[in-house]
Amino acid sequence: MLKDITLGQYFPGDTPAHRLDPRTKILLVLFYIIALFCAKGAAGYGVLALTLAVCVRISKVGLRALVRGLKPVLFIIIFTGLLNLFFTPGTRNLVEWGPVRISDAGVHNAVFMVLRIMLLIMGTFLMTYTTSPISLTDGLERLLNGLKKLHVPVHELAMMMSIALRFIPTLIEETDKIMSAQKARGADFESGNLIQKARALIPILVPLFISAFRRADELATAMECRCYHGGEGRTKLHVLKYQGRDYAALAMGAVILAGVIALGRFGI
Amino acid sequence: MEHLEPILQVKNLTHTYGVGTPFQRSAVEDMSFDVQPGEFLGVIGHTGSGKSTLIQHLNGLLRPTSGQVLLGGRDIWAEPKKIRDVRFRVGLVFQYPEYQLFEETVYKDISFGPMNQGKTGAELDHAVREAARLVGIRDDQLDKSPFELSGGQKRRVALAGVLAMEPEVLVLDEPTAGLDPAGRENLMANIRDFHRNRRTTVILVSHSMDEIAQNVDRILVLKSAHILMSGTPAEVFAQADALLEAGLDVPQVTRVAMALRARGLDVDPAVYTVEDLERQLLALRKGGAPC
Repeated sequence: MLKDITLGQYFPGDTPAHRLDPRTKILLVLFYIIALFCAKGAAGYGVLALTLAVCVRISKVGLRALVRGLKPVLFIIIFTGLLNLFFTPGTRNLVEWGPVRISDAGVHNAVFMVLRIMLLIMGTFLMTYTTSPISLTDGLERLLNGLKKLHVPVHELAMMMSIALRFIPTLIEETDKIMSAQKARGADFESGNLIQKARALIPILVPLFISAFRRADELATAMECRCYHGGEGRTKLHVLKYQGRDYAALAMGAVILAGVIALGRFGI
Repeated sequence: MEHLEPILQVKNLTHTYGVGTPFQRSAVEDMSFDVQPGEFLGVIGHTGSGKSTLIQHLNGLLRPTSGQVLLGGRDIWAEPKKIRDVRFRVGLVFQYPEYQLFEETVYKDISFGPMNQGKTGAELDHAVREAARLVGIRDDQLDKSPFELSGGQKRRVALAGVLAMEPEVLVLDEPTAGLDPAGRENLMANIRDFHRNRRTTVILVSHSMDEIAQNVDRILVLKSAHILMSGTPAEVFAQADALLEAGLDVPQVTRVAMALRARGLDVDPAVYTVEDLERQLLALRKGGAPC
């Protein structure tokens, strides 16, 4: 059941979207997010939705997997939508029912807010679906390299992130195992009130924490045994290099970003 | 063995993971077999042969994609709400069960299962102490934290946690994995005693052919989601060539017997205990064979 969590799951493949340099993809997602916040009207959002659709098509990820990724944030999406719908003051009220009012601006805001969040999440997920966690952190480390001059521990942060990402599936599997083992001893996670349900988690959380600490300890020992000493003077096995397709993709991203900003200027 | 109503029946069991995703695959495909009451059944197979998936169906942790599991003649999924009762009747000990300990004391940890069963007071106390005794946990260890114990002792506590539910069928997934030889023999002796004294049905999953050969009445050999063979140890190890071909091992004694046979000595290749081979060799010697 826990295995169904798609958060950041990588779908291996060999499409142009997979082959792009991870740095390119991070920058493109950044462009995309900026563009989303600059879009003002139907035209801007239309362009961005179309861009996403084309990228999804190229990556062959499948819309279903992408939509499934929205499930965990469904609550936030609905909440934002309702909040905007009811509490945006507008020029004209479409519905008035006692203290409850829905204004024209409210409808406008609600629709575009929901659309914005959905596109934002699907866009980011498309990146994690087509980029392995390792190359993603690799790209991030290279992009942030400049910050090293400001004494930001970029390498350490990237290493921590790769380790965290690497251990998510392991810990999920571990949780599944512990849950099964406790269920085999008659543990009941489904029935009871909230307090009983919270108490039922103790038999899972205690072994899980113990094993997480044990794993951390083992990993640290293993890294030290191989003389890991941080990023200083460390070279890469796979050195990232921008290719022609990366420049082309970045140029296209920039054009779309500029286009959406221009459309936003006109308020459409 | 007299013919009784089988306690556990697996009928055309199939389990498919990840239906409708690119990762779809069947871990168990159309498996059928019966388990008689009081039987000691061994299950062997390679990693990925479907052993773990299979045993998780026996106590209803996994639900079959198709097919049935019958406990005492009743489909365990006839009433999905009562699946917990099935888990008390079929006790499952996972691989490396010591990683599931969580309570402050050994006593409390062992009592987790029986308490979920609804046992209280003297009945609970008796179940816990009896289970601890069966696996050789001393009384003074019951008040210790399970995390203070050694690896082998932790494993015993975890096993006791399942035994304390007094299951009718005990399923063990590689109970001796990662233990030293003495710890292995000790734990297997506990399990054998438990089986003999209680007449509990035991299903033992193991990688070790020697362990299986020494303990079980009947063997089920799994290979890539199917049952490759089943029979008494003598029947199964008589097909040593087929086992080796399937990438599985045979007991060391059987390997010695096969090697002797290859050199022209007339020993039964299905031999699987040291005592049997010794008897045969002595008989051959008496008969005047070059030895």
